[in-house]
Amino acid sequence: MELYAPIFVLGGIGAVFVVVSMIVGSIAGPKRYNRAKLQAYECGIEPTPQPAGGGRFTIKYYLTAMLFIVFDIEIIFLYPWAVHFDALGLFGLIAMILFLVNVSIAYAYEWRRGGLEWN
Amino acid sequence: MIPLTDSAPAVLASPVITEQPPAIDYGLLSPMLVVFAAGVIAVLIEAFAPKAQRRSLQLGLALASVLGAFVLTVLQVGALPADEAGVTTALGSVAIDRPTLFLQGTILVLAFISLLLIAEQRSGESAFAAQAATVPGSEEERSHVLAGSQHTEVYPLVLFAVLGMQLFPASNDFLTMFIALEVMSLPLYLLCGLARRRRLFSQEAAVKYFLLGAFSSAFFLFGIALVYGYAGSVNFADINEAIGEGGSPLFAGTAEPLLLVGIAMIGVGLLFKIGAVPFHNWKPDVYQGAPTPITALMASAVLVAAFGALLRVFLMAFGASVEQWRPMLWVVAILTMVLAAVIAVTQRDIKRLLAYSSVVHAGFVLTAVIAASPEGLAGAMFYLAAYGFTTIGAFAVITLVRTHENGPEAADLAQWAGLGRTSPLLAGSLALFLLAFAGIPLTSGFIGKFAVFQAAVAAGATPLVVVGVLSSAVTAFFYVRIIVLMFFSEPEGSGPAVIRAGALTGSVIGIGVAATLLLGVYPTPVLDTMLPQPVGEEAEPTAADDGFTR
Repeated sequence: MELYAPIFVLGGIGAVFVVVSMIVGSIAGPKRYNRAKLQAYECGIEPTPQPAGGGRFTIKYYLTAMLFIVFDIEIIFLYPWAVHFDALGLFGLIAMILFLVNVSIAYAYEWRRGGLEWN
Repeated sequence: MIPLTDSAPAVLASPVITEQPPAIDYGLLSPMLVVFAAGVIAVLIEAFAPKAQRRSLQLGLALASVLGAFVLTVLQVGALPADEAGVTTALGSVAIDRPTLFLQGTILVLAFISLLLIAEQRSGESAFAAQAATVPGSEEERSHVLAGSQHTEVYPLVLFAVLGMQLFPASNDFLTMFIALEVMSLPLYLLCGLARRRRLFSQEAAVKYFLLGAFSSAFFLFGIALVYGYAGSVNFADINEAIGEGGSPLFAGTAEPLLLVGIAMIGVGLLFKIGAVPFHNWKPDVYQGAPTPITALMASAVLVAAFGALLRVFLMAFGASVEQWRPMLWVVAILTMVLAAVIAVTQRDIKRLLAYSSVVHAGFVLTAVIAASPEGLAGAMFYLAAYGFTTIGAFAVITLVRTHENGPEAADLAQWAGLGRTSPLLAGSLALFLLAFAGIPLTSGFIGKFAVFQAAVAAGATPLVVVGVLSSAVTAFFYVRIIVLMFFSEPEGSGPAVIRAGALTGSVIGIGVAATLLLGVYPTPVLDTMLPQPVGEEAEPTAADDGFTR
């Protein structure tokens, strides 16, 4: 049972943090509402009403989402490597560098071909 | 760190933790590494090279790397130990043996020829959309066409697909094979949607291919999971051993259904890729909609890769349960040869017709898989190589025959009437390819059919061969019908417009004709290199001397 103690402690700290920051925010925070602030929260896109013509939105969002996936997958592979960095040794380091270089090439392509320009 | 547990189930082997880097024979992997590096550099060219130079840079790089990889593949034959069948490397995930090298070499040659066809352009107009992201028929599309935009991304995509094709028949465990399958397929899905003409057809083809391909991948993965549950390993040799021992000790020999369902589901995934009935429905739509050079690549190199993987899985991983999977493949092969041949007779579109013809050919090669013998393996590999050259040549001819000057390709067979009078050389080449498809002697198709049918008879599958020969007769009907149409029919109106073959398309057709005739008249050198040395005495169902490494 004592094995799980750190998990419970961490969970407790998290819960306390949430409760305390909500209370402190409601007491100390200024309350100046406007239209945008009262809307439901969603990244970037106007959630309602849906744009005309069956809800199309610009392809820029997909490019950003794909870029996110590129780096997200990179992180997923970095974690297990970082945990066993010592055991994996030089071979692991070189393999990881090669992986990072390859991922960056996809990023370089998107950057050079204007995928990051938002106009 | 807190030690979490030491109560792992005793039956599961604990993972071996080693601080040694894995032994990787980079020499054996060099053909794949070259193609991969070229694909990565090609993406960099897309990112940094000026627009005007991209096409020539990309084409040079792609051709050089595929050629280099082919040379390296040939060199690896000498690097293999002479006494053994082959070697595994990269922790047993890749098997390099003589069949693998033959298949990889074939894939690279076919990819090289397809690249010539892909690169062909007339007055700045290639087979690919100027800007695939534009809505078909829109003002934006027109402006891109007028500006002469090009998708040179086609070249890195083809290179990545070729990498997947190389790895597909070389993979020695199911996870590597799945990665190879996806690396091969994903660029192809994209390439299918890039046709310059009939763009909606092309996009429809891409979406269909993607959805069905993803669906079949799911089957494949589920099958892997079941087989892993049965055998406790994804490695082909381990699975074969586990089948011999009656499965993982966890189940005490009661898990046979797991294995059978697993074999069936993996079979679905692989049979989808070769397009066997009843998993063939994507083929006509995709072959018709995709840009014709990409169709040529899919009908040749991808088929070789998919059959290479199918052969390796069924002969290596499931070799010990040949009696269980053989009836399944019997049914599939008969359905494929009969149904596809009958449907092909009714086709009016030349590309759809060749797609159904490709399905029938897949059925013929399946008879050699069913033989499960060294002769069957050699016959299948010869058939695939011979068919690959012929089919690329046939699709190259299709790129030249248009409805009218500057028009789209003449899809409808009726428009092909009278081609033999206006351009006898072109029509003659196509006639030769069609005769090879039909399996007429002195063409490579005859030798290929003879080899696979002979292997099937030797393995006791005579009824299958009878069906195969009957199906050949049916297919010969519609091949000959096209020849008659080209040479003996009055043209409709002014007949089809034939555009002058550029140097690239011309050499593709030339190579196709040469290979079809050479392999038909003098096939011995190629056949000899494929049969395992020394040749086994009598074919056994899972003969250990089939050249595959274990």
